[in-house]
Amino acid sequence: MSTTRTENDGKARLDDMKQGVLGEPLPRIDGLAKVTGTARYAAEYPIDNCAEGVLVTSTITHGTVTRLDTQAALTMPGVIAVIDDSRLITRAVQGTAGEAPQQAPVTVCYWGQPIALVVAESFEQARDAAKRIHVEYDASPNPSLSPDDVTPEEQEDDTVSQGDLEQAMKDAAHSVDVRIATKGHASAAMEPHAAIADWDGEELTVHASLQMLNYNISELADALDIPEDKIRLIARFVGGGFGSKLGISPDVVAASLASIKLKRPVRVVLSRQQVFQCIMRRSETTQRLRLAATSEGKLIGFGHEALVSNLPGEEFCEPVLQSSHFMYRGENRELMLNLARIHRMTAGSVRAPGEAVGMPALEAAMDMLAEKSGVDPVQLRLMNIPDKDPENDLPFSSHKLAECLRQGADAFGWDAGPRKARQRREGEWWIGTGMASGARIHNTMESRTRVTLSADGTARVETDMTDIGTGTYTILAQMVAEMLGMDPAAVRVDIGDTRHPRGPGSGGSWGASSIGSAAFLACRAIREDLAARAGVAEEALDLRDGKVGGGRTLVDVLGGESLSHEGHYKPAKAQEEYTAAGFGAFFAQVRVNHFTGETRVDRMLGAFGFGRVLNRRTARSQFLGGLTWSIGTALTEALEFDPRDGHLVNCDLAEYHVPVHRDVPDLDVVLVEERDAIASPIEAKGIGELGMCGGAAAIGNAIYNACGARVLQFPITPDSVLASLPRDSCKLLREAGAMRGLA
Amino acid sequence: MQPFELVRAPSPSDAAQLTKDEHTRLIAGGTNLLDLMKLQVETPSRLADISRLDCAEITDTPDGGLRIGALVTNTATAVHPRVRQDYPVLARAILAGATQQLRNKATTGGNLCQRTRCFYFTKIDQPCNKRDPGSGCSAIEGVAKLHAVLGTSDQCIATYPGDMAVAMSALDAEVHIMKEDGTERSVPVRDFHLLPGDTPWRENELGRGEMITAVTLPPPVGGAHYYRKVRERSSYAFALVSVAAVIEIEGGVFTRADLAFGGLAHKPWFDPAIGAVLLGKAADDALFDEAADVLLQSARGFGENDFKIPLARRTLRAVLTQAVEDAA
Ligand SMILES: Cc1cc2nc3c(=O)[nH]c(=O)nc-3n(C[C@H](O)[C@H](O)[C@H](O)COP(=O)(O)OP(=O)(O)OC[C@H]3O[C@@H](n4cnc5c(N)ncnc54)[C@H](O)[C@@H]3O)c2cc1C
Ligand code: SF4
Repeated sequence: MSTTRTENDGKARLDDMKQGVLGEPLPRIDGLAKVTGTARYAAEYPIDNCAEGVLVTSTITHGTVTRLDTQAALTMPGVIAVIDDSRLITRAVQGTAGEAPQQAPVTVCYWGQPIALVVAESFEQARDAAKRIHVEYDASPNPSLSPDDVTPEEQEDDTVSQGDLEQAMKDAAHSVDVRIATKGHASAAMEPHAAIADWDGEELTVHASLQMLNYNISELADALDIPEDKIRLIARFVGGGFGSKLGISPDVVAASLASIKLKRPVRVVLSRQQVFQCIMRRSETTQRLRLAATSEGKLIGFGHEALVSNLPGEEFCEPVLQSSHFMYRGENRELMLNLARIHRMTAGSVRAPGEAVGMPALEAAMDMLAEKSGVDPVQLRLMNIPDKDPENDLPFSSHKLAECLRQGADAFGWDAGPRKARQRREGEWWIGTGMASGARIHNTMESRTRVTLSADGTARVETDMTDIGTGTYTILAQMVAEMLGMDPAAVRVDIGDTRHPRGPGSGGSWGASSIGSAAFLACRAIREDLAARAGVAEEALDLRDGKVGGGRTLVDVLGGESLSHEGHYKPAKAQEEYTAAGFGAFFAQVRVNHFTGETRVDRMLGAFGFGRVLNRRTARSQFLGGLTWSIGTALTEALEFDPRDGHLVNCDLAEYHVPVHRDVPDLDVVLVEERDAIASPIEAKGIGELGMCGGAAAIGNAIYNACGARVLQFPITPDSVLASLPRDSCKLLREAGAMRGLA
Repeated sequence: MQPFELVRAPSPSDAAQLTKDEHTRLIAGGTNLLDLMKLQVETPSRLADISRLDCAEITDTPDGGLRIGALVTNTATAVHPRVRQDYPVLARAILAGATQQLRNKATTGGNLCQRTRCFYFTKIDQPCNKRDPGSGCSAIEGVAKLHAVLGTSDQCIATYPGDMAVAMSALDAEVHIMKEDGTERSVPVRDFHLLPGDTPWRENELGRGEMITAVTLPPPVGGAHYYRKVRERSSYAFALVSVAAVIEIEGGVFTRADLAFGGLAHKPWFDPAIGAVLLGKAADDALFDEAADVLLQSARGFGENDFKIPLARRTLRAVLTQAVEDAA
């Protein structure tokens, strides 16, 4: 039997279930396969007769390809073809686009843009041949390469002007007006983008490393101009995405076109350099924060402006202000987001787009306000939490910031009170603490999943939802086991295949709450069938350990039949009547070397309120990851572009510095559990990104507290610390001279 | 990567002989060479595998020093009891470099000959005098945060990126080189690497028809050993500035100060005049600054790397301060 349930009555009833596995810290059910290497990633499928493709990329920034001389390449041993089909995509597709970009490969818009694909019998042959293709260009003379080169476009949707901020700044007892810059980021997922496409004359099967198959299938169909029902996308394991695999990437389309043309399987794996050069970047930002407060520290004015960049023609605009709209009170408000069109690779979603850089800047400004007003930083946040959305008056679906601040401060051992910089020194090291708040908007997406309860008492969940390392496999098993009263080991989770019902995709932290809700609804429909058989109301049905009401077994009640339902979750209208977000508080202790300006994080803690905990272990792991990225944002991560031709210079993991083990100290996570009935039917909110929305400021504020260097940029590198140290002695003044090359 | 022939050199002199051909490269651990081949910065048509040659031992020398074979891995050197006891600056420098996995493969010879991490050197479509003589230097007006402030030329401002050789330089080690005819010559590590001048493609003393067989360390020098490496992340990053130091303080005055610097130049920077400032004098901040003045007298920044000048001063001060504290 198969019926569709579309529902969101806001009543979870999950707390009434009897199995008691949801929320438990179950180890990942896919963990063993991963650590033993049996989990297959896209490029690892053994496929007979597979040819290898390598992308040819542009060595100019802007212009037109006038000639592609393939002669030399085509005569090389093993080379099969050069594909320069106009359907090749030249940019990674934005998340949830659902369609292919319009731009053809002959029009070059950024350095490193894919132009063609070389296919050969071996990877080495293809890689060598790709370098021998001679490309002639008609290059544009002066492409804009830096946001400072152009007049930006105002993003009107983000503009808010309420009251009179300028007057408020004048009236304020304490005010802060500061500019803070953040450098661009790369997702830096471990697994490079890769695809194996196999066209059998009828159907195209593609193993790919993608986050949102539900959209990706439409994007690929659109790119190739073939119907969706001729395509099967498979992504059972994804080695990290962090936004960079939301939309299809050039490898997927190139492999598909080559396979269709050559009538054999073709694999395309991007090199690490290509991943950096032609997949999403997070835009650099320059932000201006204005805070106006009363003598006690109550905000009366709030201003946040940001300038970000993207390629011409791209709609995405790093949503820096996303949570600033509702984070703090302040009746006089000015918010404005500007977008500069420049020729760097596509800017798109990279780990917590918006808040990952907007929150740290805001929270650095709040720290400055705390100092000016002499108010304890935790107190300052507490007194400025709004009781409703300050811009549209909507209520919050739930709001745990105050609890996060209090519980976090407690667990960290925060010394309350006004603060002074440079109070603690251990040998060469200044020691300091800092804190920050954070928020990440909550979304859910339409999702479907099929749950089947088999006659033998085991269950199966099927959806095209992916697990990008976050724990989707495990929480789906737990959800079904909880609802149907069985051991999670009896639940088979079959995901990452477009033959299954469409899930929400992994992105925007909406995965667990959306697909979990679809599974919940499917299970509830199965419970209704079972209840009918058992002659009780569904609410009264007691399922535990494979038994119904503690008596008959499920197998008995099923009597040789299986029950199957598709759960269909659609975000409820009611959600639009609330502002929904996850909230958190971050605390850090750092040491700054007074000789070298190096910063090391001693310890860090995050306290988070994010709805129901589906699995304490995977939830905690998500936050540990977020805190780790916070360290990267604070101290090391920066994309560097050549000032003359705009190419990305540090395009590998040796030179793009994500934190390594030694940078990551003891991290502590406090889960402030809550139920948010508005957020989703299972009362859960997104957590994946929340852990890095603000954390960088806790580190930056701790650096200031340690050594007095207020660095107004992220990352805070040793040279920037040295340059911002208070110039309080002759010797330091002499060094300031040396900084300008006068040593 | 271009197709290449792989041969195994039967002996060091055969290996030396093979390098007479300009398209042949020796391959040891391969951790640097293979990366550069994938990027087509290096395009040898033949690789001569030396990894199984009989140069993988650490042995005592008659004068009480230590001979480290060219194929000893960085890990093996760093954990060797005599290195740890008598030359801790070397163990510390090696352990401050790369990662455990890389150090397990990296060899003495390969580490000495590792090439610069200049961003433009590794991108074959960018002008670079080192890779493509006469094409220009992209770094001078480009992203030059990692680049040199000492001994640069208008042809090249790259740094030698390694750590091990900086410690060897402080220790005054010797590089032993086998020639194609089987004879050996040796060069002090301090002279092994070259400044870029007008020939930035020439990075060290090694000529065609030569192979490094070993590095010898002099008899134990005593003193307190320091290796201080400043970097943006705490591991797995190249030095912004590093200082290797062997220091002796007796009766409150410096009696030994062998100092070498990494991250500042196309070679480990050693200048006896820097240590000489300190000798026979009592420690104080002004004295440290005087030593730094000698180090930095000809320093020149290129914008992005200007910070290295004060950073080198401060790092030297950090090391000397620590040495004085430890001696107290
Ligand atoms: C990501 C990354 C980070 C790193 N970080 C650091 C760091 O922080 N500090 C540091 O010091 N190093 C670092 N390294 C560099 C590493 O130490 C070197 O790659 C390694 O030491 C090279 O040794 P190898 O044996 O692998 O050399 P190979 O790659 O085999 O050879 C390198 C060069 O040396 C030549 N060569 C090798 N042996 C001989 C010989 N006996 N005689 C003559 N020529 C020879 C080869 O022909 C080749 O040109 C890093 C490397 C990587 C990839
Ligand atoms: S600094 Fe040297 S290696 Fe770098 S681009 Fe200039 S010439 Fe090439």
